Amino acid sequence: MQTILQQMPIVIGALNTGFVQTLRLFFVTLLGAFPLGLVIAMGSMSRLHVLRGITRTLVWIIRGSPLMIQLLIIYYFPGLVFHAPIWGGGESGRFQAAAVAFIINYACYFSEIYRGGIQGIPVGQEEAGLVLGMTHSQIFFKVKLLQMIKAIVPPMSNEIITLVKDTSLARIIALQEIIWAGQSFMKGSQGISGAIWPLFFTAVYYLVSIGILTILLQRLEKRLSYFR
Amino acid sequence: MAILEVEHIRKTFGKTEVLRDISFQMEKGTTLSLIGSSGSGKTTLLRCLNFLETPTSGIIRVNGETLFDASVVSRSREKEIRRKRLHFGLVFQSFNLFPQYTALQNVALAGELLAHEREDWRQNRKSIRQEMQEKASHLLDQMGLSDRKENYPHQLSGGQCQRVAIARALALEPDILCFDEPTSALDPELTGEVLRVIRSLAERHMTMIIVTHEMAFARDVADTVIFMDQGEICEMGDPKDVFQNPQKERTRQFLAGYAGV
Ligand SMILES: Nc1ncnc2c1ncn2[C@@H]1O[C@H](COP(=O)(O)OP(=O)(O)OP(=O)(O)O)[C@@H](O)[C@H]1O
Ligand SMILES: [Mg+2]
Repeated sequence: MQTILQQMPIVIGALNTGFVQTLRLFFVTLLGAFPLGLVIAMGSMSRLHVLRGITRTLVWIIRGSPLMIQLLIIYYFPGLVFHAPIWGGGESGRFQAAAVAFIINYACYFSEIYRGGIQGIPVGQEEAGLVLGMTHSQIFFKVKLLQMIKAIVPPMSNEIITLVKDTSLARIIALQEIIWAGQSFMKGSQGISGAIWPLFFTAVYYLVSIGILTILLQRLEKRLSYFR
Repeated sequence: MAILEVEHIRKTFGKTEVLRDISFQMEKGTTLSLIGSSGSGKTTLLRCLNFLETPTSGIIRVNGETLFDASVVSRSREKEIRRKRLHFGLVFQSFNLFPQYTALQNVALAGELLAHEREDWRQNRKSIRQEMQEKASHLLDQMGLSDRKENYPHQLSGGQCQRVAIARALALEPDILCFDEPTSALDPELTGEVLRVIRSLAERHMTMIIVTHEMAFARDVADTVIFMDQGEICEMGDPKDVFQNPQKERTRQFLAGYAGV
C-alpha cells in the first residue's frame, strides 16, 4: 500500500494532463464564441424578420436547455441517427465535438451580452455624433465602441468564469479533462484505485484558475472605470 | 438676405402629422425663441433642421443655398449630408456628451475627425491637432470652464456639462446654433449659468434658435418669438408684442399657464 505522498507525483501528472485538456477547451471556446457571438448578436438585431426570428429562436433553445444535453446530442446524434459518425474516433474526436457544443452554447450567451451592450448605448450618443458631422464608422469606433466594451466586461466576466467550471461537463462524453483524470483513480489507474482525494484535488486547480481570472478581469474593469 | 429660410415644412410619423406647413425666415445674427406646449412639434422642427429627421415635404435654405428640398428626389451620400449638417449645430436637452472623453476632448474631437479629410492632414497632423486643442481650450474658457478642461463628464455638474456641450457645438462654427430646452434637465439653481452663456452668445450675434420653457428668457433674449401649437406656427413676432399683446386666443391661453412672466 502506497502512501498518499508516494501517489502524489502520479496523480499530479495525470491531473496536469487533464488540466491541459480543460484549458484547451476553455480557450478554444472563447476563441470561437467571441466572434460567433457577435455574428449571432447582429442576426438577432437584424432588420430582416426571418433572420431575426431564426437567430432568436436558436438563442432561446440553446439558452433554455442544459449544455450537457447539447453535448450528448452533438456527439452521438450524427452517428446514431444518420449512421454517419462525423467526429473522428478517440480523444481528438471527443474534443472536436465538445468544442463545437461549447462554442455554440457560449456564443448564444455572449450574443445576448453583446446585444445588451450595443442596445444599451443611448441614441443620443449617435445623434450627437451625427450632428457634429461624424461618419457612422467614426461614431462606432470613436464614440460607441469603448462604451460597449465597458458595458460588456462585467457580464462577460461572469460567463468566462462559469465557462471554466462548465468545461467539466465534457466529462459526459468522456473527454479526458481534469475531472475525468481525477475520477480515474477511483476506478483504478496506474496502480492507484479507490482513491477519492485526487478528485477533491481537482478543485484546487479550479480555484486557482478562477482566482487568477478574477483578478485579471477585475483589472480590466478597473481600467475602464475612469468614465461612466 | 435671410440666413435661414424654411418653407412649407411638413413632417408625418405614420399617420400623425407632427409638423404642418411650417414657414419662417431668420436674419443672420438674430435669436429666435420657439415656445409652445408639449407635443407641439418644437423638437421635431429642430431635428429636421439638423437632418436627424427628414421632412415629408418642404424646403430648407441656408444663405440662399437649398440644403433640403423634399420635391427633389435625391439619395444624398453620407458625405453630402454631413456637409449640409454642419451649417447647423444642436445642443440637446440631455447634453449627450461622450463619457469617455474629457471636456476638452469632447470639444475638440469632431473638429479633429473632420480635419482628417483636409488635404494637408498628413503633413500637418501635429499642428492641426494642436490648433484644434487650442480652439477647444479657448471655447471652454469662454464658457467659464477653464479649470474643468481635464474633467470627464461624470465629474461635472449638469450646468457644466451643458456648457461643455455648447462649446462642442460652437467648435464647428455652425451658421445657426439650435438649442432644445437646454436647461430642462438641470436643477433650478443651475439654469442661470447656462442661460447666461446663451445670452452672451446672443450679444455677440450668434444666430440661434432656442426651444425653451423659460418664458422670461425667451422674451428677453430673443429678437423674434414663434409660438407653435399642434404642429403649426400659431403666432410669430417681436417678443414684446407676442408676450404682452398676443393676437391669438391659443397664445393667450398658453401664456396664461406661465403667469408672472
Ligand atoms: N419618432 C417619432 N415617432 C412617432 N411620433 C413622434 C416621433 N417623434 C415625435 N413624435 C410625436 O410628435 C409630436 C411632437 O413631438 P415633439 O417632440 O416635436 O414635441 P415638442 O414640442 O418638442 O414637445 P416637448 O415640449 O414635450 O419637448 C408628439 O406628439 C410626439 O409624440
Ligand atoms: Mg421637445
